[in-house]
Amino acid sequence: MTNPVVLSVRSATKRFGPVLALDDVSLEARAGEVLALLGDNGAGKSTLIKCISGVHQIDSGNIAIDGVATAIRSPGDARTAGIETVYQDLALFDNLTPAQNFYAGREIAVPAWLPRGLRFLKSRQMDEETSRVLDRLKVILPKQDATVALMSGGQRQAVAVARASVFARKVVILDEPTAALGLRESRKVLDLVAQLRDEGNAVILITHNMEHVTELASRAVVLRQGRKVGEIIPTKTNQQELVAMIVGA
Amino acid sequence: MVMGQSREPAAALSIWLKVLSAGPIAILVGLIVVLSIAAPHFLTPRNISNILAQTAVIAVVAMGQHLVILTRGIDLSVGSNLALATVTGALVYQATGSEVLTILAMLVSGAGVGAINGLIYTFGRLPHPFIITLATLSIAKGTALQLADGRAIPGMPESIQFLGGGSVLGIPASFFVVAGVAGLILTMARKMVWGRWIYAVGGKPEAALRMGIPVRGVLISTYVMAGLCAGIGAVLLAGRTDAGSPLFGNLLELDTIAAVIIGGASFLGGRGHIGHALVGAVMIGVIRNALNLLNVDIFFQLIAIGVVIVLAVEADVLRTYLEGRVRTLRAARLQ
Repeated sequence: MTNPVVLSVRSATKRFGPVLALDDVSLEARAGEVLALLGDNGAGKSTLIKCISGVHQIDSGNIAIDGVATAIRSPGDARTAGIETVYQDLALFDNLTPAQNFYAGREIAVPAWLPRGLRFLKSRQMDEETSRVLDRLKVILPKQDATVALMSGGQRQAVAVARASVFARKVVILDEPTAALGLRESRKVLDLVAQLRDEGNAVILITHNMEHVTELASRAVVLRQGRKVGEIIPTKTNQQELVAMIVGA
Repeated sequence: MVMGQSREPAAALSIWLKVLSAGPIAILVGLIVVLSIAAPHFLTPRNISNILAQTAVIAVVAMGQHLVILTRGIDLSVGSNLALATVTGALVYQATGSEVLTILAMLVSGAGVGAINGLIYTFGRLPHPFIITLATLSIAKGTALQLADGRAIPGMPESIQFLGGGSVLGIPASFFVVAGVAGLILTMARKMVWGRWIYAVGGKPEAALRMGIPVRGVLISTYVMAGLCAGIGAVLLAGRTDAGSPLFGNLLELDTIAAVIIGGASFLGGRGHIGHALVGAVMIGVIRNALNLLNVDIFFQLIAIGVVIVLAVEADVLRTYLEGRVRTLRAARLQ
């Protein structure tokens, strides 16, 4: 009983000048599964996800969505393909409310015959949709119509993850979603990640926390110096092995 | 435990934040109350009408400036831009005698300089709009002096004179122009996708790019709008003085930036609305008018406005600091 492969990366290679950031890396992400992407700093994790989310482009190799080779040349392309990314620095707008953040760059607006920028916002619809999603994901915010500037790190992370969950139709990539959070806030975000998975998304999770890996991930891919050095099913007993792979000992 | 120390310190800080954001209006009201006692002529209909007329140009141009400041930018060229627009208008009127063409020429001249600002800023990949708008400040001023041969060109059609200096039922016509422009910009900024994008670009430019917002187009549009507002200001000023002059608009860039900041918009971008620009413009108008009524030396007016700018910027810094505190306290409470 294996879940269908949603995203597959084949022999991805990426150079920045003389630096080989990705060297022949392949991986598969399956629907309803969390794939952990592990590696030390500079191992190529961030480069890889930036290539998948359209911030960078791979020099050679290919990326396929549902088995169809797809060219991802911009963040817009990735989003159109159903890939949502929660970046480490969140990409949240401090001066906007959660609903405005949710729909930034893809506002619901009419009439359709006007150029996008000149359309009129359907604010109430976006507000309602947002509170529905936040309720579904059990995200509790002090005030939904306040800007995110006043929210705690965990609440902001929850808004970012929830935003990804609304628009992701296939793949959600999370870059160290718990990095700056305390224990209890981390817990909430991990629950959100599990929920994204249970809703049928292929989740790619970058983290340094082995506990989180064994708890959530069904598979773990380890990168080192731009190369894939291993892929294993993480369990409580092979954490040592994982760490050894990451540091190359 | 003192009673005032509430169980949730974040809530107390939130109240302070609200007080801060209401500050400019409160100060303006306080200013008006004090001045109406100190200067008996201050609150007469005639003087109020005067203040409105004197404030109109700053208010219109400040509304354009506020859009630019929302995107973390600055437009130093608005004063020269306005001067060039009045000269262009005066020359077009001399050549054609057409009222419509004269108004159109001023608006196009203003928007054109704005477009140059925006295009060179974005496509020239400049790190900050300061330099390019400083350059167009000089270029527009030079062009205006050249075209007008260094002198004022008298003569404006009656309709423009009416817009700039006429009045309806004792209310200056320029007031209606300001109100119309304010309504238009308010609608665009608050109800349309374009406005949402301006706030997003000002809030976090990198994020806006990642979310697929056409950042360059948004930036260019704000400079075009700032230029267009300078063109509208040119119509009002040329109408009031019945002339076009390369010497108009001196220090207008400072007045408009001051108006936006004094009014309570954030210099750090992403925060503020049209009301801030208007409140700030009226505040500058009121301070100038009152100091005149009280026979205070004109040099002191510059000092007073400078001091108010410092206070306003400090209020913005304080607001940012308080927000940080609220966030930390909320996070701590969740642990």
